[in-house]
Amino acid sequence: MGKKTSTIPFNGTPEQEAKLREIISAHKADKGALMPVLQQAQEVYGYLPIEVQEIIAKEMDIPLEKIYGVVTFYSQFSLNPKGKYTISVCLGTACYVKGSGDIFNKISEVLGIKGGETTPDGKFSLVDCRCIGACGLAPVMTVNDDVYGRLTVDEIAGILEKYQD
Amino acid sequence: MEMVNIKINGIPVSAPKGSTILEAARIAGTEIPTLCFLKDINEIGACRICVVEVKGAKSLVASCVYPINEGMEVFTNTPKVIESRKQTLQLILSNHDRKCLSCVRSGNCELQALCKYYGVDDEGYYDGVRDRYEIDYSAAHMIRDNNKCILCRRCSAVCEKVQGIGVIGANERGFRTNISSPFEMGLGETSCVSCGQCIAVCPTGAITEKDNTAEVFKALADDTKTVIVQTAPAVRAALAEEFGNPIGTNAEGKMAAALRRLGFDKVFDTDFGADLTIMEEAHEFVERVKNGGKLPMITSCSPGWVKYCEHYFPDMTENLSSCKSPMQMFGATVKTYYAEKMGLDPKDIVVVAVMPCTAKKFEIGRDDMSAAGVADVDFAITTRELARMINRAGIQFNSLPEEKFDDPLGISTGAGVIFGATGGVMEAALRTAVETLTGEELPALDFVDVRGTQGIKEATYNVAGMDIKVAVASGLSNARELLKKVKNGEADYHFIEIMGCPGGCVNGGGQPQQPGYVRNTTDIKALRAKVLYDIDASMPVRKSHENEAIKQLYSEYFGEPGSEKAHHVLHTTYVKRGLYD
Repeated sequence: MGKKTSTIPFNGTPEQEAKLREIISAHKADKGALMPVLQQAQEVYGYLPIEVQEIIAKEMDIPLEKIYGVVTFYSQFSLNPKGKYTISVCLGTACYVKGSGDIFNKISEVLGIKGGETTPDGKFSLVDCRCIGACGLAPVMTVNDDVYGRLTVDEIAGILEKYQD
Repeated sequence: MEMVNIKINGIPVSAPKGSTILEAARIAGTEIPTLCFLKDINEIGACRICVVEVKGAKSLVASCVYPINEGMEVFTNTPKVIESRKQTLQLILSNHDRKCLSCVRSGNCELQALCKYYGVDDEGYYDGVRDRYEIDYSAAHMIRDNNKCILCRRCSAVCEKVQGIGVIGANERGFRTNISSPFEMGLGETSCVSCGQCIAVCPTGAITEKDNTAEVFKALADDTKTVIVQTAPAVRAALAEEFGNPIGTNAEGKMAAALRRLGFDKVFDTDFGADLTIMEEAHEFVERVKNGGKLPMITSCSPGWVKYCEHYFPDMTENLSSCKSPMQMFGATVKTYYAEKMGLDPKDIVVVAVMPCTAKKFEIGRDDMSAAGVADVDFAITTRELARMINRAGIQFNSLPEEKFDDPLGISTGAGVIFGATGGVMEAALRTAVETLTGEELPALDFVDVRGTQGIKEATYNVAGMDIKVAVASGLSNARELLKKVKNGEADYHFIEIMGCPGGCVNGGGQPQQPGYVRNTTDIKALRAKVLYDIDASMPVRKSHENEAIKQLYSEYFGEPGSEKAHHVLHTTYVKRGLYD
């Protein structure tokens, strides 16, 4: 138990904040405006960190918890920024049977992040996905547009090495 | 009123248009079980316990939110209904930490009661995937154990709607849905004010106070300690409920007897502290009025309210009276004046406060609450914890004789006892302030405009040629509404009483828990408040400044109200807190 926020330091600019405040004031009079405000806020920042949610909470006079509840309910909202490289591990049936769960855990262990999180240096995000249509190569993962198939746990460190730039 | 005619289990019943099936059934004498439903607070039809069959409807409907219409035929106890309720209970139990033997709510758990009615046992044959949650111990006053949570959302509804706070709510979705604070903060990291209203409405053991009964028993067994107990006004108005008595039973005499049998060295009364608070607070108010001090002055007896003010209206902390609460004043007086008088070292005194309140557990740890260099109050236990102690000690509460509090700090007035109801502090303060300002005796002591359970009350009294405008709010949503008016310049009160819990301390977060159907059908606040007003009416002395023990305290120790010594011992300071830090 304890406050958990994004591992990436918040780098919001004054321009982004001005835009956010504009969005909020445009919706202030509407009932049920939280969803459009959150959607547009995510467009501005790319994600919805605590710093952004606090501004929305204060300006719209809605408890922070209520906003967090909505953000965690809908999978389209993200609490973390996307990294330079998004690692997507297929946990669909075929890949899972072939051990993609272990692959996922290994990456999580090597990078020190959980699913949905991004490494503090902003380089890698880790997500899981369902079937990318390459079941013949199971277990499969992608790093941005690169596809890696027939993976073993031992290969992981080597693959991540390639993305050091 | 337009009436609608329907049949409940074949019996014709006429109910006002707009009624729900649940309400209409009640008129027909049938109580439909509910779990998540709290009238006006949590009407979400989520738990599916209240389902009934409606002739012609495709599926079972949630009676708590389903409105009646003419000619409707409802069946509340068909095999289909019963099977559905049973299955719902089994599904809840399949993801429930079934530690009923050790659970503090065992015996008054609403889930347990329903399982008993519907023959749902705790065998594991319907076990499925189980969630495991870390228990949140971070708050000073309570423990949140999501492993016992049934996601009824009563807690988050009361927190957001009644108290206007909203620090807990439903996060994530589907099977991962859980009640928690934003960004996995522990409750202690949020702007929770410790009011405990969530504990009062929780149907299970998912939210409970931090229990200090073991520490108190330990202190009682320690011969080197003088253990002194004080009881808040509202405790006597509700304690008897824990022993099967009706709501509105006065437990004062039996409570004093029980405390003596538990082994407390002195059985004193927080009502004395309340009288002392009035002396200081009325003096402070008169000074502020005379010398152009910060107005409106707002009472500071309710620690939930004080914390709320610090979090949500930090620019108004100067409006708070600098008076400590009656509990703290009492503790501070025991460890200074009384210790000196009895030749005791304050370090060897343990002050136990029995409170209707969970925020008191937070309050005793605040800064500037140690007049004698040690904590003014060592333990603040709730009414429920006292009942637990009485049961554990084998004391037969209902057969106890009526006994009195000990002298001198058990002597109090009618003004002190009404502190436990909304408007009571205001009325008690007016009794003293008006006589101080006019120098004349009041012809009538009842300030009825500030009585009653409405959320906000206002009155104007002409005192010594001056109109004194007062307001009283209870429940923090109401407090917020009132304070916004003050901030926007729409109201110019001189004196405001605010209590954190709706109805005041009688309905505090530490009071006996009444199940949903009782809460939905009974005005619990009013019944408990009546106990206090009845005691007030029967008291020989009803004004704090006429309390002989208080007079003696001032002549022997403090001198005058507001003296330097009084300030050191009886007053405190506040913190401007942020919202999310």
